[in-house]
Amino acid sequence: MQNWIMQHWVVLGAGSDMARPFLRRLAGEGASLFLAGRTAADLETLAQDLRLRGAAAAEVMAFDARDAADYPALVARLAACEGVLNAASFVGSMPDQAAIDADPGLIAGVIADNFTGPATFLSLLAPVLEARGTGVVVGVGSVAGDRGRVGNYVYGAAKAAFATYLSGLRNRLGRKGVHVMTVKPGPVETRMTAGMKLPFMTTPEAVAEDILQGIAKRRNEIYTAKIWFLIMRVICHIPEPIFKKLSI
Amino acid sequence: MAFKHTEYAGWGRALRASGTVARPDRASLLAALDPAPAFGMRRSYGDAALNHGGRAIDMSGLDRFLAFDAETGILELEAGVRIGEVAAAFAPRGFLPAVMPGTGFATVGGCIAQDVHGKNHHHAGSFGAHVAEITLWQSGTLVPVLPGTPLFRATVGGLGQTGAIVSAKLRLVPCKGTVMLVTERRARDWNHHLSLLDSSTATYTVGWIDATATGASLGRGIVEEGEVARGLVKKRAKAAKVPMDAPHFALSAPIVRAFNAAYYARVPAAGRTVVRPMADFFFPLDKILDWNRLYGKRGFHQFQCVVPLGAAGALRAMLDRIATSGLASPLAVLKRMGPGRAGYLSFPMEGYTLAVDFPNRAAARDLIRALEADTAEAGGRLYFAKDALAEGARIRAMYPELPAWQQEVAKADPARAYETDLVRRLNLRNA
Ligand SMILES: Cc1cc2nc3c(=O)[nH]c(=O)nc-3n(C[C@H](O)[C@H](O)[C@H](O)COP(=O)(O)OP(=O)(O)OC[C@H]3O[C@@H](n4cnc5c(N)ncnc54)[C@H](O)[C@@H]3O)c2cc1C
Repeated sequence: MQNWIMQHWVVLGAGSDMARPFLRRLAGEGASLFLAGRTAADLETLAQDLRLRGAAAAEVMAFDARDAADYPALVARLAACEGVLNAASFVGSMPDQAAIDADPGLIAGVIADNFTGPATFLSLLAPVLEARGTGVVVGVGSVAGDRGRVGNYVYGAAKAAFATYLSGLRNRLGRKGVHVMTVKPGPVETRMTAGMKLPFMTTPEAVAEDILQGIAKRRNEIYTAKIWFLIMRVICHIPEPIFKKLSI
Repeated sequence: MAFKHTEYAGWGRALRASGTVARPDRASLLAALDPAPAFGMRRSYGDAALNHGGRAIDMSGLDRFLAFDAETGILELEAGVRIGEVAAAFAPRGFLPAVMPGTGFATVGGCIAQDVHGKNHHHAGSFGAHVAEITLWQSGTLVPVLPGTPLFRATVGGLGQTGAIVSAKLRLVPCKGTVMLVTERRARDWNHHLSLLDSSTATYTVGWIDATATGASLGRGIVEEGEVARGLVKKRAKAAKVPMDAPHFALSAPIVRAFNAAYYARVPAAGRTVVRPMADFFFPLDKILDWNRLYGKRGFHQFQCVVPLGAAGALRAMLDRIATSGLASPLAVLKRMGPGRAGYLSFPMEGYTLAVDFPNRAAARDLIRALEADTAEAGGRLYFAKDALAEGARIRAMYPELPAWQQEVAKADPARAYETDLVRRLNLRNA
């Protein structure tokens, strides 16, 4: 990432609290940005903010994780950019597990938001990246995907699917010079977690810093805050007969 | 969008609150919130940004730049933008906020609502002098507020009592570069210190004072003068973080004395000129995140007063009281202020301002109360952004335009929905 000019980034879920500082860091480096998300009016305000913070360009794209009809047109727009094309996905949703238990019909939406939506988009974009033979893909999953827990196992299942997808995509695109990095955040101070006091919480600003460092070091997978790597190693090693009795 | 139960505190962590807080990340969400006092990054030391047992709106998520006109230098932005981010984004393009307080984490809303001053107050006046327009959220509507109106004077320095500041237009000033040329000079004692401040012609001037030095060295310190310059310096080191509350001896008297002596000796007797990153000069403490935890669980207080030029002798006596108490921390600042103030309740007056931090202990609280009495006697004033202990009648008497403010606030907020702990503690809204 030495030369940021002529770097284009499409960011899915650009309106999320976690994406905002990441976008601002890219803007400060003079990158060109495509903000993909659902709330077009809010994204236009954010696009203007990013231009004022130094982005070479900032363009809003209507993107809905639950409706892939427009994806080919979006990908065509991106394919028309000259220079290096990169992608990051911050999309996701986490309804209360109790709400899902009461209405399993919600599962389809959770899977779409956290997995099928971004994966479909990235799969459509993949040939464009392969043809260029350069670029970075950042996919934001969650530590919740590492093991199913009573408190959010549907969300966790969707994030696990996305992580497995990213690992395969890395295998595929890595051969063509495109680097795919999986990001697994622990709890982050966002609207989703407002008012909650959660262990080893980090901030969206720190997540952005970790992602940029990870890209610079061409890491395959990062945890943020970093301590979650250790915590999840421990959690993944708890034998199932014991784990099933825990509520962590 | 909902209010969630939260325990929170002022920057000094001595005063705390427990209540519900909502943090909207876009202005359109305000409509769904019941009226409540707004706060920014809670860099006010006492209880200006607290509402114990009630609701509050955290505005720091409304942090977008909205528009910039390079012809006029006017930047429109949301109230939650940190002032340091404006400097970082615009200095490379040749513009700076006209006034910046000593922390880059202060939000635009907080800078307006306390009408903050910077190291250039003697030339530039206060923050409000450079505000071209404010947009207030008042019981369900957006109200534009222009300079020259009573509502503007009640809002600037108005402690949030006229409504939530949603956005503002700031007149930025042109700047030559992104680094600071800083001249540091030793001030041997009180008289020398004042004479260096009085004779300074620099754009930015501030004195660090060794509040532990007594006798012939009373008032010694370092006077820093800064000018914006073009050039390159090493990038600012990444911020360090204080991971936990420090034990109470961390800032005990012998440690502070040793630190201060070393800090003084660091500048050669003949003075020196160095090039610094801009943020190091304007926001020296921001390099250590959560440095307020150095004072341990009980927290700390900052005492800040300003006294008229003619009362310099009284201020010297106050410093003597502080120095002989052995309670002061390393953070002490002396500065000459100009007359500029933009609101009815603005802090600045032409004179000298002194700010000193104290750990939150009974002896320090007694000392601060004595200093408040001294300030009143000297015809001076205490700063609402720092105060946590003042006596209501005494501090109200320091603000002669209080009745005009009260009148505007009564119109703007008849239901008293925006009252904060500070406003109640000092009984500011009752005639
Ligand atoms: C290290 C340090 C150095 C400092 N140096 C200086 C200095 O040099 N000069 C100086 O003048 N001050 C200084 N201060 C004080 C600081 O600038 C003020 O307290 C400022 O108000 C903090 O901004 P904030 O966003 O944290 O506001 P808060 O502390 O959160 O709020 C301050 C007041 O503003 C109101 N308010 C905040 N946002 C809004 C809004 N959007 N709408 C309506 N009301 C609002 C609140 O109700 C409250 O009354 C310093 C503080 C620190 C910690």
